[in-house]
Amino acid sequence: MNLDIRVPIGMLFLSLGGLLAGFGAVTHFTNPALYARSLGVNVNLWWGLVMIAFGAAMYYYGRRAVAAQADPSESTSTSTSLEA
Amino acid sequence: MHTSLAWIDYLIMVIYFAFVLGIGFALKRFMKTSTDFFLSGRSIPAWVAGLAFISANLGAQEVIGMAASGAKYGISTAHFYWLGAIPAMAFVGLFMMPFYYGSRARSVPEYLRLRFDEKTRGLNAISFAAMTVFSSGASMYVMAKLIVTLGIFDPVVEAMGMPPSYVFHLSILVSALITLGYVYLGGLTSAIYNEVLQFFLIVAGFFPLVWLGMRNVGGWEGLIAKCPPGFGHAWKGMTNPETNPLGVEVIGLAMGLGFVLSFGYWCTDFLVVQRAMAADSMTSARRTPLIAAVPKMIFPFLVILPGLIAVALPTPTAADAPEAGSQVVSEAETMGRGLIPAKVKADGSVELDSAGKPVLDYDLAIPRLLIHYFPTGLLGLGLTALLASFMSGMAGNITAFNTVWTFDIYQAYLQKPIQKVIPFQATDKHYLWMGHFATLAGTVVSVAAAYVAAQFNNIMELLQLVFAFVNAPLLATFLLGMFWKRATANGAFYGLLSGILAATAHHALTLPMGSASGVKGAWIANLHEYRSEMAQNFWTAIWAFGVCFVVSIVVSFLTRPRPDDELRGLVYSLTKHDVEHGLPWYRKPETLGVVVVLMSIALNIIFR
Repeated sequence: MNLDIRVPIGMLFLSLGGLLAGFGAVTHFTNPALYARSLGVNVNLWWGLVMIAFGAAMYYYGRRAVAAQADPSESTSTSTSLEA
Repeated sequence: MHTSLAWIDYLIMVIYFAFVLGIGFALKRFMKTSTDFFLSGRSIPAWVAGLAFISANLGAQEVIGMAASGAKYGISTAHFYWLGAIPAMAFVGLFMMPFYYGSRARSVPEYLRLRFDEKTRGLNAISFAAMTVFSSGASMYVMAKLIVTLGIFDPVVEAMGMPPSYVFHLSILVSALITLGYVYLGGLTSAIYNEVLQFFLIVAGFFPLVWLGMRNVGGWEGLIAKCPPGFGHAWKGMTNPETNPLGVEVIGLAMGLGFVLSFGYWCTDFLVVQRAMAADSMTSARRTPLIAAVPKMIFPFLVILPGLIAVALPTPTAADAPEAGSQVVSEAETMGRGLIPAKVKADGSVELDSAGKPVLDYDLAIPRLLIHYFPTGLLGLGLTALLASFMSGMAGNITAFNTVWTFDIYQAYLQKPIQKVIPFQATDKHYLWMGHFATLAGTVVSVAAAYVAAQFNNIMELLQLVFAFVNAPLLATFLLGMFWKRATANGAFYGLLSGILAATAHHALTLPMGSASGVKGAWIANLHEYRSEMAQNFWTAIWAFGVCFVVSIVVSFLTRPRPDDELRGLVYSLTKHDVEHGLPWYRKPETLGVVVVLMSIALNIIFR
């Protein structure tokens, strides 16, 4: 199957992480009171960045695996078509 | 305790739903044969199957229930993981998977038919199919109730101009449609892929919660100092049921939970075993539960610790009302313990037990904690993680149901009679169609079950009890079937029946302390009182297993065994073992199994 689950996981974490980190960066200046409940830590920003890092790694390895699968299969598919 | 969610919280939920359905659509073009739909074409890599293996079990009851139990009993709840799940997962991977995967059975009931006969399979298939749709319905009901309590959909319903009572209907409808959508489109592969996605999302949503909570209470030391006594130890006082929070003694715990219940669940429940059966090779199938065991071991820190943190935090008082975002502190909250509020009756007053103390709503531990610590933004992620856990549990039930229905009920019993009336060709396409139909029908029945649960809470409790009786002895049947070639079909069937009867009888004759006779037990006579409901459950399982084991052996000796030739690949002593001879020792499943068990022992020692 050529859908590697790491690719959609990477994409989901990149978009959610980006959203959280962006929101955290903006609210850091506009609404710091928001973070009173999270013990003064801007968890949106920090956790958003962690999610971006995880998402990027997942996406990279998923894409690499798909590419590695596609390369040799290209040559085999031409050979099978020749046989046919 | 209504929360006010902002646009970003809803956006996070919508993005998640879009991805979940997107995976279903992306997989649709691969669903060409029934093997693709029901078994993922046996093509899933071990790590994916492994994460799906625990994620399918990580439904509503697990996440909400384990935190609730943590708030009630403390770290002893981890016995469900470190004593129960891990050894069982190592066992199913190392010793049972060769027969499940190697026999080429498409489901657990089908293995029973190959090993024993039609009637044993029928009993298992029908009770299992009924159980899956009811538990997915119960799961849906719990989720909808939580959404109502938290007020997640209130603004949505208001914007659509519907009355507030529609929040419940909308919650059921949305969760059913999304789960149905992605399972219908992409079959088991879609369920498995989404379970992996949900696994990471659940970790992402709960990890910051535990981190903030632990930081707040002052680490492990601070947490235990603020919790009731005994909450920090898993084994202390286990020799006597009166000296530990669970109300169980060590034999009931080790035999009941550690052996019968845990091995029974992880080794015979098709819901989880199906994930391993979809693996791409025998080695991957054996690795699946072992890989799953690693995160499973760490999960107590994500799902049980929030319960302890919720109890350790100070109980809100009326004086707290003005701060914390001008939320009014209710009577139920001030009468609670820590962040856990008291239960509120329909008339708005606090529910009291027979001793006049408030009854606590432990199920709210995780939701309350999410609201307490998470700011707008992360709150959306936390709630999405909660929804993800509900959905992965539901989808797990639906995929297990559609397979058992198609192969073990429809193909086995219904197809021939129908063909006599309306002649048709049972092609592979026909079974694929039946799988789609069963997915749809299973979801519809689940929704109906959710409404039954909402109307008659006692019916659900009763049904769960019946399923518990039916499942309790199964482990004995499988162990004898796989490891004793002399076990016969009649032995298995009558053993199973007597085990079910024994479980029922044990429940009918015993009662947990402080309960009234009836659905809790002792509906014939009260011969013995257990210290807790948990102790009663453990001993019901032990009795069921014991009786099934003994009766199966006796009847097997009285009946004719099957010739060895028919049992090759189905029984341990008649199957070639050394499957992984090409692998270096450190890559063999056995090595991973030993590592996993040693790690689990270490955790037991650390938290003794």
